[in-house]
Amino acid sequence: MALSGMRGLSTFISDVRNCQNKEAERSRVDKELANIRTKFKNEKGLALHEKKKYVWKMLYIYMLGYDVDFGHMETVSLISAPKYPEKQVGYIVTSCLLNENHDFLRLVINTVRNDIIGNNETFQCLALTMVGNIGGRDFSESLAPDVQKLLLSNSCRPVVRKKAALCLLRLYRKNPDVVNVDGWSERMVHLLDEKDIGVLTAVMSLLVSLVANTPDAYWNCVPKCVRILERLTRGQEIPQEYTYYGIPSPWLQVKTMRVLQYFPTIEDPNIRKSLFEILQRILMGTDVVKNVNKNNASHAVLFEALALVMHLDAEKEMLSQCVALLGKFIAVREPNIRYLGLENMTRMLLVVDVQDTIKKHQAQIITSLKDPDISIRRRSLDLLYGMCDVSNAREIVEELLQYLTTADFGIREELALKAAILSESFAPDLKWYVDVILQLIEKAGDFVSDDIWYRVVQFVTNNEDLQAYAAATVLAYLDKPAVHETMVKVAGYLLGEYSHLLARQPGCTPKDIFYVIYDKFPIVTIGTKAILLSAFAKILLHSQPQDPELRERVIDVFKRYECSVDADVQQRCVEYLMLCEKGPDMVDIMAEMPKFPERQSALLKRAENTEGDAAEASATKLRLQQQNSMALVVAEPQTNGAAHPPILKPSVAPVQTEQLALPEPPSSAHQRALSNGNAHPEVPVTAAAAVAAPSLLEEPITAPASMPATAPAPTPAPSAVDLLGDLLAPLAIEAAPGTMPSDNNAILDFGLDPSGLAPGPAPAQVSGPADPLTLALYDGPDTKVQPIGNIEDWYKALMIKDSGILYEDPYVQIGVKADWRGIQGRLVLFIGNKHTGSLSNVKVVVLPPSHLRFQSPPVPDTIPPRAQVQCPFDIFCLQASRETAVLEFAYNNGNIPVGVNLKLPVLMNKFLQAVPVTANDFVGRWRALTGPPTKLQEVVRNVRPIPLAEMAALFNSLHIGVAPGLDPNVNNIVCASTFYSESAQATLCLIRVETDPSDRTQLRLTVGSPDPTTTYELKEYIKEQLIDVRTLTPVPPVVPAPTPAISGLTGPAAVLAGLI
Amino acid sequence: MTIRFVLLVNKQGQTRLAQYYEYLTIEERRALEGEIVRKCLARPDNQCSFVEHRNYKIIYRRYASLFFLVGVDGEENELAILEFIHCVVETMDRYFGNVCELDIMFHLEKAHFMLEEMVMNGCIVETNKQNILNPIQLMDKTT
Repeated sequence: MALSGMRGLSTFISDVRNCQNKEAERSRVDKELANIRTKFKNEKGLALHEKKKYVWKMLYIYMLGYDVDFGHMETVSLISAPKYPEKQVGYIVTSCLLNENHDFLRLVINTVRNDIIGNNETFQCLALTMVGNIGGRDFSESLAPDVQKLLLSNSCRPVVRKKAALCLLRLYRKNPDVVNVDGWSERMVHLLDEKDIGVLTAVMSLLVSLVANTPDAYWNCVPKCVRILERLTRGQEIPQEYTYYGIPSPWLQVKTMRVLQYFPTIEDPNIRKSLFEILQRILMGTDVVKNVNKNNASHAVLFEALALVMHLDAEKEMLSQCVALLGKFIAVREPNIRYLGLENMTRMLLVVDVQDTIKKHQAQIITSLKDPDISIRRRSLDLLYGMCDVSNAREIVEELLQYLTTADFGIREELALKAAILSESFAPDLKWYVDVILQLIEKAGDFVSDDIWYRVVQFVTNNEDLQAYAAATVLAYLDKPAVHETMVKVAGYLLGEYSHLLARQPGCTPKDIFYVIYDKFPIVTIGTKAILLSAFAKILLHSQPQDPELRERVIDVFKRYECSVDADVQQRCVEYLMLCEKGPDMVDIMAEMPKFPERQSALLKRAENTEGDAAEASATKLRLQQQNSMALVVAEPQTNGAAHPPILKPSVAPVQTEQLALPEPPSSAHQRALSNGNAHPEVPVTAAAAVAAPSLLEEPITAPASMPATAPAPTPAPSAVDLLGDLLAPLAIEAAPGTMPSDNNAILDFGLDPSGLAPGPAPAQVSGPADPLTLALYDGPDTKVQPIGNIEDWYKALMIKDSGILYEDPYVQIGVKADWRGIQGRLVLFIGNKHTGSLSNVKVVVLPPSHLRFQSPPVPDTIPPRAQVQCPFDIFCLQASRETAVLEFAYNNGNIPVGVNLKLPVLMNKFLQAVPVTANDFVGRWRALTGPPTKLQEVVRNVRPIPLAEMAALFNSLHIGVAPGLDPNVNNIVCASTFYSESAQATLCLIRVETDPSDRTQLRLTVGSPDPTTTYELKEYIKEQLIDVRTLTPVPPVVPAPTPAISGLTGPAAVLAGLI
Repeated sequence: MTIRFVLLVNKQGQTRLAQYYEYLTIEERRALEGEIVRKCLARPDNQCSFVEHRNYKIIYRRYASLFFLVGVDGEENELAILEFIHCVVETMDRYFGNVCELDIMFHLEKAHFMLEEMVMNGCIVETNKQNILNPIQLMDKTT
């Protein structure tokens, strides 16, 4: 049977098939294309079935990889054909050949719409499928209501509805507004009652997308999903055609579990229980069977169940059961299972704290790194990268280095990058780090990106202990016969800077070192030559007295390249020649490079970019974003060798892959802002910059002497997005002094003078008194430390958010990250020293109000330069109260004491949790609360006049869950939330707000809960949130005008005064 | 969690069926197909069925001289797709009766119809073989 009456097509296909080679095929295809073109051009009245044949030929040619740039109109026009066969071809080929932006598609929107709303079922299916595959925004706007109608219709058959579901998914992705969040959650619940597995599968795909974008809106779908899962796993009412090798639609099972991954906690104990039972059954009941298909299908379900368990707040035993299963999988011979075992273990690391259990499998994972299958090697590389920490870094990095020599090219760059990041993040000692990077360059120079060697240079520059060692090591590398050019660059740079430290060792005179480097000079590229020229200049000027022979040779080199075609090299030579001629006076100019401000490793950024893209953020990704919504540095808790500044260390071990989780050294953000993207260090040497040559790795801000003009405005506005954005500002200001200090230490020291305007320590009377308050009175205006930004604004933001900035001044930044569960919470303060000197006498004391219990951590007395300490507080709510906890924070910067009292954002709403309620439930409970003291009502005046929707949003952000639609009066808001406290346990609080549309400044507030204290406190709390503070205190000079040193201080009393 | 393309090639790497669920220009397609065919076909049978390529994960399965390659994003359940490939093959088997390369070549439109019924917008829409084949069989009857 040839293509249902399309003999010409069959002939063409077999012709093409019989072609001996690609050229023959090409010419046959060209001939056919010419033929089709003539047909379309000449015979205007081409019969539809004729057209159909040519359109199929076009598709065939297109599939073979030839461009078909005509005939689109003819294809699209088939969509309007009255008969099914032609119409079908039109739809199918159009969706293959055209993309959503093609103009012709707009021409048929009307036809498509008519097919969708018509009563021919087969036409409906065709139209929905095409729109589902290539529909763009135009379609989204004009068709969404019709498609929704079909999906929700009771009269449509499943065959149409399943397509409508996926069509709607497309339209939703093109324009999320087509699905209205509020109404749709109810509709989705309704759709999940569907019996037909096909429709359910499609609806579940739609739900994954909806939930991924707005998980909060679809809580009410959870019970239904669990029920579907139950039905599937028990095989209830599953038609034979939907079971696959005895397994009820594994695809729907997988999709359903995927939806559930977006809901980490399941409140309802019964639903939770049945879900865990199902999962337990899958985890324990999946056996290896002989039939490959059955085995794969059941393991598909098993892996999805594993993923779901990771995301749920599952019990420890269940998690360790999962790790045990994965441990088994990574050791099996079956490659697919092994691959997935490794992949899922890596995912698990990202979500749950199982580092220690996974470490037990390290040997097995390393074996997989040597597997012949590259897919498996990649997975195991990723896993090793994720599980690496201080304890196993040495071993893992050494494995990676060893693998580097045999690894295929495809993976080398990634491998090198990861090894570099790990060795930096978890170096047990810094010498080891230098060794690793140099080995990397030696073994895989071509795959070591510039970022990697820039980074090692930064490290060596910033660690004096390391400099002689690094210089000696690179010197040894240069002696080897074949040296990679990158090694020459590093060596050139480091020897230029630090070879004088080796001078006492045999064979390390400046002259010797010059010859070693010069040996490589002729064979390197021009860029490297530029680095080496700087090195020569430095070596010469560092050696005192100058060796005449060395001088002669160096000057000889400069002269030779004085006329280089490369402008950079030429300029360097000319300038260095001048410097040499000026003699020893110029030594200072060639002084060592100043330390680099700590900055985020560019490497981590690169590592992130390898992330794949998907239509929706996965549950894992969303979770990570929540966990790490604050990019703060985490100092190394156990500083190895107190002299080193802390090395970067990710806050939780596996987070390196996620952008937001990246530890960011305090200065980096600003650095990048100033340096116009990621420090590409090859700044051409300008006459001025040559002062600090070699200027490689140099950015404007680190070359204060030459570029004072780059200093930014004195008070950069703190950016809400980038917490650390303006950290460098004080440095920059100092960097632009009117007088340029002439001794060479000035460059090194520019960052060390903290106060800029008032150099030197604070006046002498500040000798050791403990109380910063008393001190403040004596301090001159020069020494006062102002917060950068508004403490009150930060605090307000933290009332509704769980992470953000609490306080910041030029020396310190305090970030907060909190997590609340029921009656308890954990609040972590990240206290970061932004400054280049240590902060001493650090005091972090919380004065808890009576209704809270605080367990405070020990706080170190001193915070080293550019380090950060974490102070985790465990907090328990004893009973409802509006009092605030106050943090007394004080430190000494040099001799200048700074103290500030800060309100901690531990408020009632943190112990509230929104609960969904049904109308009946609400009314029942509402009536049960008869009046005071369990139900209190008050007319509140002076309310901030805000629209109702904004008020509802405010409530939701305070964890007071608004239940839309419960109150028939549209001017009212009804809310339900559970308040957790030790005295009253979980108290369901019901709230009703009746507003007056004609006067938005007043409303009636009713709060009810079984516990009188909670009722009263909650009512007052809500009132505080609603009342317009400004109208009550018209002139609020919250901070007194003559600001003392502790100007940031807002005592609790002052704060309360401001609020009430 | 999306299927980004379904590709069917023979041992020589010639494309026999291709359906993309995201738009690529013809040059991009050619390059992509060339790369993944080279990568996947070279792999011995005892290696796993998943290959990572650029931003895609390719899940592939071999049937005699035919390779089914499905490109997915990083969030798909690999084994579920692997078995979905088999489900496609079984559906074709049911229609053609022991499907072979020539069946698919010379009945390109039938193969497209079936795939169209099974995958839409990168999502699995139907796995019930009878439901999938209904429209095609109906059409066969009328012609």
